[in-house]
Amino acid sequence: MKRAFLGEFEEVVLLTVAVLDESAYGVTVTQEIEQKTGRAVGFSTVHTTLQRLEEKGYLSSKMSGATAERGGRRKRFFSVTAAGRKALVDVKSIREQLWDALPPQTLQLMGG
Amino acid sequence: MKPPRWASTLLDWWGDPNTVEEVQGDLLELYAYWVKTGGERKARWRYGLSVVKLLRPFAKRKEAYSNPFFLHPAMVRNYLKIAFRNLVKHKGYSGINMGGLAVGMAVAMLNGLWIYDELSFNTYHQNYDSIAQVTERGIRKEGTRYSGTSLPYPLATELKANYQSYFKHILISQQPDDYILAAGDTKLTKKGQFIEAGAPEMLSLKMLRGTWAGLNDPHSILLSASAAEALFGKADPLDKLVRINTKMDAKVTGVYEDLPHNTGFHDIKFLAPFDLWTSVNPWVKEQQWDNWFLFIYAQIQPNTDFDRVSALIKDIELNKLKGLEGQQEQIARQPQIHLLPMRDWHLHGHYNMDDTGPVQFVWLIGLIGVFVLLLACINFMNLSTARSEKRAKEVGIRKAVGSLRGQLIGQFFSESFLVVLLAFVWALVLVTLSLSWFNDVAAKQLSVPWTNLYFWLASVGFTLLTGFVAGSYPALYLSSFQPVKVLKGVIRVGRFATIPRQVLVVLQFTVSVTLIIGTSMVYRQIQYAKNRPVGYSRDGLLMIQKKTAEFSGKYELFRTELKNTGVVSEVAESRSSVTNITMWNGGFSRKGNEIPCPNGCGTLSVTPEYGKTVGWEFRAGRDFERGRTTDSSGLVINESFAKMIGLKNPVGETLVWATNWRKAETYTVLGVVKDMVAMSPYEKTVPTVFLMENYHDWINIRIHPNVSTAVALPKIEAVFRKLVPNAPFDYKFADQEYALKFAAEERIGKLAGFFAGLAIFISCLGLFGLASFTAEQRTKEIGVRKVLGASVFNLWRLLSKDFVKLVVIAFGIATPIAWYSLATWLQNFQYRTEISWWIFAVSGAGALAITLLTVSFQSIKAALMNPVKSLRSE
Repeated sequence: MKRAFLGEFEEVVLLTVAVLDESAYGVTVTQEIEQKTGRAVGFSTVHTTLQRLEEKGYLSSKMSGATAERGGRRKRFFSVTAAGRKALVDVKSIREQLWDALPPQTLQLMGG
Repeated sequence: MKPPRWASTLLDWWGDPNTVEEVQGDLLELYAYWVKTGGERKARWRYGLSVVKLLRPFAKRKEAYSNPFFLHPAMVRNYLKIAFRNLVKHKGYSGINMGGLAVGMAVAMLNGLWIYDELSFNTYHQNYDSIAQVTERGIRKEGTRYSGTSLPYPLATELKANYQSYFKHILISQQPDDYILAAGDTKLTKKGQFIEAGAPEMLSLKMLRGTWAGLNDPHSILLSASAAEALFGKADPLDKLVRINTKMDAKVTGVYEDLPHNTGFHDIKFLAPFDLWTSVNPWVKEQQWDNWFLFIYAQIQPNTDFDRVSALIKDIELNKLKGLEGQQEQIARQPQIHLLPMRDWHLHGHYNMDDTGPVQFVWLIGLIGVFVLLLACINFMNLSTARSEKRAKEVGIRKAVGSLRGQLIGQFFSESFLVVLLAFVWALVLVTLSLSWFNDVAAKQLSVPWTNLYFWLASVGFTLLTGFVAGSYPALYLSSFQPVKVLKGVIRVGRFATIPRQVLVVLQFTVSVTLIIGTSMVYRQIQYAKNRPVGYSRDGLLMIQKKTAEFSGKYELFRTELKNTGVVSEVAESRSSVTNITMWNGGFSRKGNEIPCPNGCGTLSVTPEYGKTVGWEFRAGRDFERGRTTDSSGLVINESFAKMIGLKNPVGETLVWATNWRKAETYTVLGVVKDMVAMSPYEKTVPTVFLMENYHDWINIRIHPNVSTAVALPKIEAVFRKLVPNAPFDYKFADQEYALKFAAEERIGKLAGFFAGLAIFISCLGLFGLASFTAEQRTKEIGVRKVLGASVFNLWRLLSKDFVKLVVIAFGIATPIAWYSLATWLQNFQYRTEISWWIFAVSGAGALAITLLTVSFQSIKAALMNPVKSLRSE
């Protein structure tokens, strides 16, 4: 079966959701990416990516946890589906295969 | 410390409704975080930016499946392909649909062209809007109104002297007549008009040679192109000499393009100055207010209108007549001078103002055209609705696999538009092919205005309308079906679904049957009038008009010479031809009692042999006798006149004839002859007296009954060539002239017959389609019935019954309509046939027979089908 394509930012978002486990929603995902990667991420970008990943079936979501801070509005919590996990594993194994295929001297030159 | 209001509002309105709740919450939380980490200004900025990016146009998720727009080129191509396949698959239906529609459209187009021609009569003239003919309106003793164009000479001088400022032209003219044009050795008879010099300009003649000023010289003549070519061939006609009626010399000063067929002047082939005519007829200018014999044409100034000028001039004649002696009868008619605008000449310019006249015929033709077209449209609608039930399943499947309603509508419409468009093309072909024939029948010169924008606009508009009307039922109704119900077969078309279709069939046959009855009646009336006893013998009766002075005083010579040829049995001269009465008078009395002549009595001068020549049939008394001097004060009267005298035997009675233009004389009635039909064969015979005086315009020649015309004519011609060498030998046959009196009605008859035939043809086409459809729909039922023992006759009756019922209803509706309109039509004729019931019976039976023939073909075919096959089908 053809592997689904996972963009770089999609991979980052998907991984972040997996990292955050139970507490992954728009705000936490945005902040986590900012802190971990140090790059300024727009909320809208994160939001649309989450939507797209859900459309592709890698994420599932449910609404809950309204707080006063949010004006009484619920959060949409995301969790990684089986397909999502498989996609992450696939990406990781491709990376590893590629790293393993690197000749040792190139690896040394890169400072690894 | 709140985020910017505008951004929140924007998100409220335009955010994606599916995610707006969590997005709003998330952004609020983040705003607080951004304020903490980067300050308020930056937070507001980031908040606003995020909102804008999340608005739907930028962040909308893509739809899972998109429907193409229903007018997308790919869809249209698909519609057409499917439509075309449908047409080819059902060749029979398509043929009926298209054929019927094409015929209907062709008829409508022909009628449209005809009506356009009638309504655009005279528009060839550029001054169409300002030209008028001066007329005299009055009321007869019986109360009917008339509008005459013959006017007294002084009226023109009066108009010119006192009212010139309102007119651009006031043109006095002799009534158009046949004249002999001679140039060198060529002699021709052409119709022409002597008219004043402004005519070419007023009529905006297109001059091929010379100018509009051509008539200013009193010895000039303007020829139409056809007359010029007939006279001079290819040679340049300008400045050539033409002699008119052997006594008026004129020089050709111009040649104009022949006027088109749809102008009032189209049969005028030359124009010559009025003064040329008066130069040889000096009496004209001496005439007073009591002689009505001239035409006056006028063009009004642009700053005034017909009504205003008419109001100013209306009493001119009445005022003059009041000053004259002996005009009480004329004054009693209240004559009013009136301008008849050119736009009314053709359709509203007839003499009897109370008759509806030719305009009625125009509307009648229009109505028939509309009806025939309606019949074709009904076919189209009926067949598409009947077939549409079959297509319900198709709609179900299409919807199930994802068609939208708009696409289905598009598909059904494109199908009907395709059919209508093809039918339109066929109609154009039909019109082109049949136009020359139609022109023959209708006595027109129509042509398809290929380059006329309005023609195309009307055609395209009409095509679209028909396509829309015919396609709207399947398009709008069928496309609304729910696929689940249709596919499960839940939608059952109830028994009332066929009612509109039945109503339409009844309408079709009502129109057709009415037309059939009407046509039969028109033919019957014509036949009735043709069979009318004419009172004289038409066969082998030759008439020659004495057009020039050359003829005068040669009667005896002619008679002996003609009789010497051996092919002529008798020769006589007369005032009128036998098919006309050209002299009307009143003023007869017997013993002081006036003999009332309602519209004047014919007073015709003849030579003694006239009775023998034309074949008078005597009821009483005797004919004139040559050599009996007392006969010069004798009268032969016809039966109608005898009836007015009121005596059982008027022979030998003494009558007095006194009019204001001749001195009173007494006459003795010598004989009574059977009525001769001289004027309209549909009207009462005109009371006529024949007397022996000496003003004759015609020579009547009776060819010997044993000699054929072909043998006789050359011999007669030789005599004329010898005695009147300068006059062309123009002869007329009495029977042909008489037949011309039927031309108008025969034209109506032919046209009506043609339309009635097409109407019934189109209706039958539709019926044929419907019958085959029902037979097809009831295949199973027929199969079961056959298995259970129904005979072919039973089945035939079953299938035909419905249609016969409809035709019978249609006949019931058509009968009173036809009866009423025919009764009205027959009122136009004084000599008319009765409306007999058998015409209705025969027409009804005929319609029924045609229906049965049409339907039976299908129903017998269905009834003969093998039930094994029909029950196995599925």
